[in-house]
Amino acid sequence: MRVSTSERTMNYVILVAFAVFATYPVLSIVVAGLQPDAEAQGGLGNLAQAWEIGRFGSYLRTSLLVSTFVVAVSTVLSVLAGFALGTMRFRGADALFYLMLIGIMMPAEAIVVPLFFDLRSVGLTDTFWAIALPQVAQSVAFGTFWLRAAFRSSSRSIVEAARLDGASTSRILWQVLVPLARPAIVTLVVLTFMWTWNEFLIPLVMVPTNEALRTAPLGLGFFSGQYTQGYALLAAGATIVALPVVIVYLFLQRHFIAGMLEGAVKD
Amino acid sequence: MAVRTRPPSERPTRTRPPSERASRARSLGPPGEPRRIGYLYVLPAFLVYAVFALYPLLRAVHLSLFEWDGLTVGTWAGLSNYQEVLSDERLRASFGHALVLMGFFALVPLVVGLVLASVLHRASVRGLGFFRTVVFLPQVVAMVVIAVAWRRIYAPDGTINSVLTAIGLESWTRGWLGEYAFALPAVGLIGTWFESGLVTVLLLAGMGRIPRDLYEAARLDGAGAFREFFAVTLPSVRGEIAVALTLTVIAALKTFDLIYMTTSGGPGHQTTVPSYEVYRQAFEIGQVGLACTIGVCLTVVIFAISFVITRVGDRVAD
Repeated sequence: MRVSTSERTMNYVILVAFAVFATYPVLSIVVAGLQPDAEAQGGLGNLAQAWEIGRFGSYLRTSLLVSTFVVAVSTVLSVLAGFALGTMRFRGADALFYLMLIGIMMPAEAIVVPLFFDLRSVGLTDTFWAIALPQVAQSVAFGTFWLRAAFRSSSRSIVEAARLDGASTSRILWQVLVPLARPAIVTLVVLTFMWTWNEFLIPLVMVPTNEALRTAPLGLGFFSGQYTQGYALLAAGATIVALPVVIVYLFLQRHFIAGMLEGAVKD
Repeated sequence: MAVRTRPPSERPTRTRPPSERASRARSLGPPGEPRRIGYLYVLPAFLVYAVFALYPLLRAVHLSLFEWDGLTVGTWAGLSNYQEVLSDERLRASFGHALVLMGFFALVPLVVGLVLASVLHRASVRGLGFFRTVVFLPQVVAMVVIAVAWRRIYAPDGTINSVLTAIGLESWTRGWLGEYAFALPAVGLIGTWFESGLVTVLLLAGMGRIPRDLYEAARLDGAGAFREFFAVTLPSVRGEIAVALTLTVIAALKTFDLIYMTTSGGPGHQTTVPSYEVYRQAFEIGQVGLACTIGVCLTVVIFAISFVITRVGDRVAD
């Protein structure tokens, strides 16, 4: 479209100004995390120091374990359920689908209180399972919804051709449909990873005393409450917590953006 | 960040064409079509979901009818917890604060996004891809980290006060998160910052799908930038606006980690919100029944809002 040079210049000014506004708080953390202060020498050594003092090694390990488990289990379960609900017709399929849609909107705030007391009564609080399984449940709701749409959109004729060739149901799923739905599955994996890594309320409630099971955001929350000697190490810790998701985002950003936006638009 | 993108769309089934319904009856016929096995495939996912999400939701409804401290035996309370949500000053205020936050999380970013996206859309500029990556970045950073960053910005010796001092407005400096009048807007502004990029990217994508000839036609009719915006751009992105509002309004209701990390609901109860009250009532005060009641109310509000926005969005789009 033809527009004047001044309008174009104006656009660049807006682009830069908004980009600065959007990144300033994030960048300020990174920069502050490298500054020296009374407790910290400055530079990358701050990260190592925060790692020691803030016990971020342990927190990151828990986060990695929880995220890996939630992503792996919920993706496999979502593939299976999305396949059935997207390509098969059976009694109650729609009802099951709508029940799972509830889980997409249900806030963690609503379920975390009864979950805590019920899991406590069976001795499951302060365990890995108390953090991971509720998040698998939430992720499976979205994953089923997401992959049902993906499998639906893949051509029916391919499935029918494979079936005529004598392929079994599970072969059709894993060797025909899953490769076709790979982009949707990658999107699901990165979104689930991000949501699980960043989750705060569930680990906070489910692990009241077991410090070894604190996830990275939870560890940062406690660190920021207890460590008041300066800002540099706190900022360095925050950088450590944010970094894994940001790195994945920089490589797979199209999946993040498409997933978070299309998730709401797509059928 | 606990703000899970929860797409509420149920469009596919509602708008399923009659022809498909007919083919559904037909497709029950072929012997090769697997049916029963469908249950087996759904079962594992549904089992985990039912035990760790659906059942707790029902339990929340159940517990909301009791007075229970989490330790001793609870007593039946009927709907009195619900009455308390309506009558208790602090709890009523928490819902009011959530409403204010919706303005900051949803309306302001919508206006910002519409202006930015339409301005950027008018002229093709280089570096839009990079811009999108950058302004979307806040969405992937854990809310705890965001809170740590903004606490620094708002601190008495923080960024905002340093800037104010530097330009001679020292009398304006204050502890932004600690003052009655400023705490809630200060928290809200974090939400505006957090959501503006998302909304802009969403609207830019929508505007990118508007056919060019609509603009050509508008220009032939002598429409200026403003007329063009209201006659062509705005009506074309109604769907994206509905999506943006759904995402941001729900995010405004799920601000537990932000409040927990910035103000803990204070000063007084100036910034408390329902999602924070759930935690506080259950685990700090020991009012488990009341906490569940707030959680149930929050869920109902979220369902109602996303239902209304999708319905209105659909109707407007028709």
